[in-house]
Amino acid sequence: MEIAGYNRANGVGIRNYVAVMVTVGCSGDAAERIAQLNPKAKLLVHTQGCTQTPPDVALVEKVLVNLASNPNVNSVLLVSLGCESVSVDRIADKISALKEVGVVEVQEKGLQHAVARGSEITKRMCEEAEKVRRTAVDFSEVKVAIKCGASDATSGIVSNPVAGKAADLIVGGGGTVIFGETTEVIGAEHILAKRCASEGVARRLYNAIGEMEKRVIAMGVDMRGGQPTEGNIKGGITTIEEKSLGAICKTGSSKLVDVVDYGDVPSKKGLVFMDGPGREIEALTGFAAAGAQLILFTTGLGAPQGFPIVPVVKISGNPETCSRLKEHIDVDLSAVFYGEEGLDAAAQRLFKEVADVASSKRTKAEICGYEKFFNIYTKGPVI
Amino acid sequence: MVKGRAIVVDERDNVATALTGLKKDAVVEAGIGQSSYKIKLRSDITFGHKFALKRIPKGEHVIKYGEVIGMASENIEAGDHVHVQNTESLRGRGDIKNMNACSE
Repeated sequence: MEIAGYNRANGVGIRNYVAVMVTVGCSGDAAERIAQLNPKAKLLVHTQGCTQTPPDVALVEKVLVNLASNPNVNSVLLVSLGCESVSVDRIADKISALKEVGVVEVQEKGLQHAVARGSEITKRMCEEAEKVRRTAVDFSEVKVAIKCGASDATSGIVSNPVAGKAADLIVGGGGTVIFGETTEVIGAEHILAKRCASEGVARRLYNAIGEMEKRVIAMGVDMRGGQPTEGNIKGGITTIEEKSLGAICKTGSSKLVDVVDYGDVPSKKGLVFMDGPGREIEALTGFAAAGAQLILFTTGLGAPQGFPIVPVVKISGNPETCSRLKEHIDVDLSAVFYGEEGLDAAAQRLFKEVADVASSKRTKAEICGYEKFFNIYTKGPVI
Repeated sequence: MVKGRAIVVDERDNVATALTGLKKDAVVEAGIGQSSYKIKLRSDITFGHKFALKRIPKGEHVIKYGEVIGMASENIEAGDHVHVQNTESLRGRGDIKNMNACSE
């Protein structure tokens, strides 16, 4: 199967964005003003990049490089403060191997100057991006991430099983499917371990979950209320085990070929697990950094958010949510809930939606612009 | 795939999930494969919440998806609402001494 995408140095993009991205939270004001002057550009403001332990500084640098490298991005303006822990030069240098990158620093001559200079660069980048055209590319170039959020009892019964069957279709078509949310595998790891392609992959899966669970236990509390969330509990999910067993349905039945760290780009095609948190604002970032061009997102209670540089397709099997939140739900699986549509037929419908969105159809989150907030997952303290 | 007022996901399950709001004293039929149940509810069950298909004594596992989703923290009778008030998680419990994290 073919889709219409943008050929880049490191893969195929399904969007053609100019990104205005901060290297550190402190330059957010400047980046925001540059993006306001260039409405076609995508603003990426996070709160990390300084006064963190060296492993986290390195992690933030890696994620920023990988986000900018996502094939949905044509070119990037980095907005730096100047004195942050991450190195804007190192980040820019790595990105420049793949695409055009510009840099402005607020501490060079102040806000007004950075905004004027940054806006000029961004405007020119937007003009250049207009010249890039979609061409026919093979579907196997697409990496799709799958995430669930604001889950309720319908997630494990309807939307995740449908997403799982769609994941099988994507992997079957030669594509890559990435899932993560380490916390939301706790209690279901033995099932995934049986599907690992090798003992090494299974060992890395168990290690990732063990490390996450140890950090929770070290807090000295029962994590219920944090995971599952109060919303999940209201929706009928009682324990993390129940949440996880429903969550892993979205991974389908393919072999798990690799386990990667947060924000790393998988080197293998097929089904891949990324170690990381379940919270949307950091989880979606990890997938975007991994090079996912599209994210499938199942929800029971109605999570609305997208991601600045990656289209997010919202899927729900809760009829009440689908009718109340039409503004946010792209794929309505109420018919599956009522037994009027089978899981396989619904998965085909979802697979077609993936191909359509890949070829230019806009998602609800893109249409209503609900896609600004994101952050980078770090493990250590702010110091 | 979903018909009726409640769903049992796996034959090994000892709970069912309500697919609509259910009232106390209602008699609900649910089943899968060889297992079929006719349960009189002992309380109202909200949409998406679970009720017990059989007696689950304190300390016994609560099973859904054919897997352990937690442990009964008190005696649960058939028809009882099964949720945080009578079911505890066995994972991520920093509040329990000598709790081990996931391992192979």
